[in-house]
Amino acid sequence: MAKNLKCSHCNKLATVHLTQIVNSKIIKVDLCEACAQAKGVTDPEGFSLADLLSKTNLVSEPSEAQLECSECGLTTADFRRTGRLGCASCYQTFAPLVRPVLEDMHAGTEHNGKIPEVAFTRQHSQAELDTLENALQRAIAEEAYEEAARFRDQIQSIKDAAESEAVHS
Amino acid sequence: MIESLIKSDTAELTQSTKKGAPVVLSTRVRLARNLANTPFPERASSSQRSDTLSKCAEQIASLGPMQQGAFFDVAELSDLEKQVLVERHLISRELCESESGSGVFINKDQTCSVMINEEDHLRIQFLKTGFNLRSVWKQIDRFDSSLEGGLDVAFSHEFGYLTACPTNLGTALRASVMLHLPGLVISDHMEKVIRAVNQLGITVRGLYGEGSDATGHVFQISNQQTLGESEEAIMSRLGNVFKSIIDHEINARFKYLEENRARLLDQIGRAFGVLQNAHVLNSNEALNLLSLMRLAVDFGMLPEDNRSDVDRLFIECQPGHIQYAAGEGIEPAARDLSRADKLRKEFMQLPSLDFDTVSDLT
Repeated sequence: MAKNLKCSHCNKLATVHLTQIVNSKIIKVDLCEACAQAKGVTDPEGFSLADLLSKTNLVSEPSEAQLECSECGLTTADFRRTGRLGCASCYQTFAPLVRPVLEDMHAGTEHNGKIPEVAFTRQHSQAELDTLENALQRAIAEEAYEEAARFRDQIQSIKDAAESEAVHS
Repeated sequence: MIESLIKSDTAELTQSTKKGAPVVLSTRVRLARNLANTPFPERASSSQRSDTLSKCAEQIASLGPMQQGAFFDVAELSDLEKQVLVERHLISRELCESESGSGVFINKDQTCSVMINEEDHLRIQFLKTGFNLRSVWKQIDRFDSSLEGGLDVAFSHEFGYLTACPTNLGTALRASVMLHLPGLVISDHMEKVIRAVNQLGITVRGLYGEGSDATGHVFQISNQQTLGESEEAIMSRLGNVFKSIIDHEINARFKYLEENRARLLDQIGRAFGVLQNAHVLNSNEALNLLSLMRLAVDFGMLPEDNRSDVDRLFIECQPGHIQYAAGEGIEPAARDLSRADKLRKEFMQLPSLDFDTVSDLT
């Protein structure tokens, strides 16, 4: 019989030993009966690898700095507890905590796939339109009608381009 | 609420007129997407959730595939209706348990569903019978791009599409194939296969996802990893693994047939007899019998046209479907009677098993 292992959460005697292979790396976790129950390890319905990875990270860094997302208020403790982020901005706030988790989880740590080009083009032309609208209003206010006409034509051509794009897609 | 969906005569998984393929039941691809400027569903307030719902619903309803589709507000569905949708793989268990402000769009032929306010704001799914990774990807890619036309999605160049759980980051793509693997199970090779594919970052689960068992010898096999590789790379890697599992399955079937011919034919023959004559069948037993009938079709002992009937019965024999067909409030014991009735009627109409074809196979 191997030496008695301690629960990685509470230091009691560990009776549940979990081994999982991710990316050919062996991850071992030892838990006592109570922590295993609490973490849902014994319940196949509620158990997921992602949760486990985040929860084991929790144990290893007790003295870590507490960050908080300015958009949704998620804290480091929340992230460690649930393994989930609260909003898109969280990924900026918690990037230093997310990056190491990704190494064990995925084939790589940087995105290599589809980019939302349609949305980017739309956002880009919207920003351009806003600038031109402002310039148009200013030109009208300053009674610079020649300039105003030029801005108006530019606005129209962006709108036409967006429309023909929409028809084609 | 969901009656028209159940009675639809164009549903991909239950009314397919295609012959279906040996081993592969269906292919599914799902994408997770979130809006950029509002918290993910779990952290959103109920007013933010309902804003997300109406914003997404408006955009989704305007898209081609949903023109003749239906929208269901989860709060308005009964537990039984939810169960039926889960059994048809159109919504997830997680969506069923969600708070207010969740819903699902389902298109006319039930090949596309979009869940709103599940774990992520949007979970888009396309499915097709048979092995169709490429074409399903093309469809979902086009749908996703047109969705972006009206919604600002959460995206970062480093992490890709941003999702509530980091396990889905990057492509946020989960491609899966539902495989019928009686050969590997009977010959005791399934454990080995699961261990081998796990090492490649590929997950094997039962018919109904996480935690469900492999009743009916049906397994859902999908990619675990979503970040670091392109969608094409993920799918080509998966495709190769699927092909190799399919080859192993077919080899296992013929090997078993060669070595245990009488035993296998006996099992198939008895299963057919039970389906034609039983009066009480629980869902586990029914699925295991149906599995043998799918095998019988693959071996040529039943006409190929019957494969899609077997696939339909895999779904229609689930507890929720039996209960829904019988009307609410039927006890489990009564369910087993009505399941057996249904299967007797279906199997009485089939021609008898052609055992001679099997002799030409090896």
